[in-house]
Amino acid sequence: MRPHTISVLVENRPGVLSRVAGLFTRRGFNIESLAVGTCEEPGMSRITAVVIADDDIIEQVKKQLNKLINVIKVSDITYTDHVAREIALVKVAAEAGQTRAEVMQLADNFRARIIDVGTRSVVLEVTGDTGKIDALVSLLQQYGIKELVRTGKIAMTRGSKTVSSKK
Amino acid sequence: MKTGAKILVESLVHEGVDTIFGYPGGTVLPIYDELYDSSLRHILVRHEQAAVHAADGYARASGRVGVCLATSGPGACNLVTGIANAYMDSVPIVAITGQVPTTLLGNDAFQESDITGITLPITKHSYLVNNVAELGNVVHEAFYIAGTGRMGPVLIDIPKDVQTDVVTEPVAVPEKVSIRGYQPTVRGHPRQIEKAASMIAEAQRPVIYAGGGVIASGSDAELMRLAETLMIPVTTTLMGLGAIPSHHPLNLGMLGMHGTQSANYAITECDLLIAIGARFDDRVTGKLESFAPNAQVIHIDIDPAEIGKNKAVDLPIVGDVGHVLKEINKKLTEQKVQGPWNGRLSEWKRQSAESEVFDTSLLTPQYIVRTLSDILKGAGIIVTEVGQNQMWAAQYFSFTRPRQWITSGGLGTMGYGFPAAIGASIACPDETVIDIAGDGSFQMNIQELATVVQYDIPVKVMILNNQYLGMVRQWQELFYEKRYSYTEMPSVDFVGIAKAYGVPGICVTDPADVSDAIQESLSHDGPFVLDFRIEREENVMPMVPAGAAINEMILGDKR
Repeated sequence: MRPHTISVLVENRPGVLSRVAGLFTRRGFNIESLAVGTCEEPGMSRITAVVIADDDIIEQVKKQLNKLINVIKVSDITYTDHVAREIALVKVAAEAGQTRAEVMQLADNFRARIIDVGTRSVVLEVTGDTGKIDALVSLLQQYGIKELVRTGKIAMTRGSKTVSSKK
Repeated sequence: MKTGAKILVESLVHEGVDTIFGYPGGTVLPIYDELYDSSLRHILVRHEQAAVHAADGYARASGRVGVCLATSGPGACNLVTGIANAYMDSVPIVAITGQVPTTLLGNDAFQESDITGITLPITKHSYLVNNVAELGNVVHEAFYIAGTGRMGPVLIDIPKDVQTDVVTEPVAVPEKVSIRGYQPTVRGHPRQIEKAASMIAEAQRPVIYAGGGVIASGSDAELMRLAETLMIPVTTTLMGLGAIPSHHPLNLGMLGMHGTQSANYAITECDLLIAIGARFDDRVTGKLESFAPNAQVIHIDIDPAEIGKNKAVDLPIVGDVGHVLKEINKKLTEQKVQGPWNGRLSEWKRQSAESEVFDTSLLTPQYIVRTLSDILKGAGIIVTEVGQNQMWAAQYFSFTRPRQWITSGGLGTMGYGFPAAIGASIACPDETVIDIAGDGSFQMNIQELATVVQYDIPVKVMILNNQYLGMVRQWQELFYEKRYSYTEMPSVDFVGIAKAYGVPGICVTDPADVSDAIQESLSHDGPFVLDFRIEREENVMPMVPAGAAINEMILGDKR
């Protein structure tokens, strides 16, 4: 079992997200993350889903997704050369002084940005692959994470190839 | 200037619909008003579940798309079981529901339920129509989706204001549907077909395992050609009964949990399994690792998601079964004819036939079904409820053609048979339609007696009445030390009930009366109820216990 990154091009119709998400639950597939947004084609959205499963289960996921009428194209890009990013916002307990300086130093090392500063906390914005974000989050835990939001992974194949061709 | 309701009714007529099954209510009033002087025939059922089952039975008997109509909320929710039933058996139906006005959507309005949400996992596709201008196109697409590819139910939910909204400019509906995300593969891959032909030609002990896909695609003739050209024995699933005549020498009978010895042994020993329009359901395969353990597997199916879902496949062919078989058959004509497994199959078939002997001095269900079969001589449409009645009908009726057998296979819906028989009878008014029922199942939609009287629908109900939920009792007998927990149902006077509705009936307790009673019901011009008080603890045999290998059959006591 390993995480698979699946890119799904869908028609932007009401209910399409429930259809896709519901299918995962119903068939017992485990979603690690799900990110949705509009894309280069008008009226279309792209969903990036990370599913942890064996290759044969992923094959079944793809086939079942393809059966949905509003799904145009399903690609498992796990084994294709691709770039992947995720954004996290982390609210860390950091009183002014020594702690805050350490947190800001860490942020700097991870190329994270401080986007909000309060009297007793700061908010960091970090972009990267899942591993990088996991690493920063685990380092920040010692200071106390008050809130954590992650977008889920988005991904794209490298080079001029796209995943928007016809089903 | 047309209202949504008018567009809907005109679109149904345009799709070739002649009959719809429905039940009115608050949010479909505009549609019903439009039906009042439409050419469409509407059958008023007595429960919405019967409407969807009737549409399903209509579709299975005719091969056309069945249509049902219900109001929002409770009406729509009462369709759910029937939609799930059609989904599991890939039956093309279009279910139309009223919905609260768009202004009230999501407000927990009176009789509001999120029916597109509720039916998401049990529909092939669904629509919530927000704009009257889209309605014509939606109906056209819905029929196309329901009736092509792997068929299935499509739901159209129409808010009441959309039914009364008016389009001023006519909206053109293109005759040819083009949906970017829906392009079923019809033709099989030529190279795969070539490989299949050579695998079949080389096999020593091939078996064809034919499912409902053969019936749905109307490819029984191509199936027979394949089987007869190379003398390949055929077993069918419950859904595939009728794809090959019961008495055909190459027919091994049904396989699986209540399959024949010949079918289950042949599957276990074959070296090539040709699965055609079948999906390796657990009731068919038993323990998967022991299903066709020595065989290479060719799987032909229109739904790519079925390939390799349960059983690993050596040669998949995605496509319409009819097209694929035709192409394979073209390549086979030059091949040598093989012997049908050197007499082993006929030995198994002899054993199977032996275990079909039953005591005619007792009122047994096997005898009743066999007598019906003999009287009908291969004619008629047999619809069943679910449970023992269904299995006895499957085992003891001699089928001669596809679409003669209508049963709830995947979902196993008690209460399906009677309304489905109504639908079948409406679709095929010249056929004798029999509902082989159990006393439990029949009581789940017994209110439809009123419908058959109102429209004089000549369905004959044959209740195999053992005053038990027989199949559950059988499992309790075999696997729960005869602890018959809540499966006994004291006698009901079915003839009296039928009479109260205006349907004649006969109660039969003596085997000597079986034939005459059936004859009388068939010669009566209209609906009829036969209440057979059968041997109460008769079991369906053979039986493969759940999870066992299919050659590990309990054969039961030979009567």
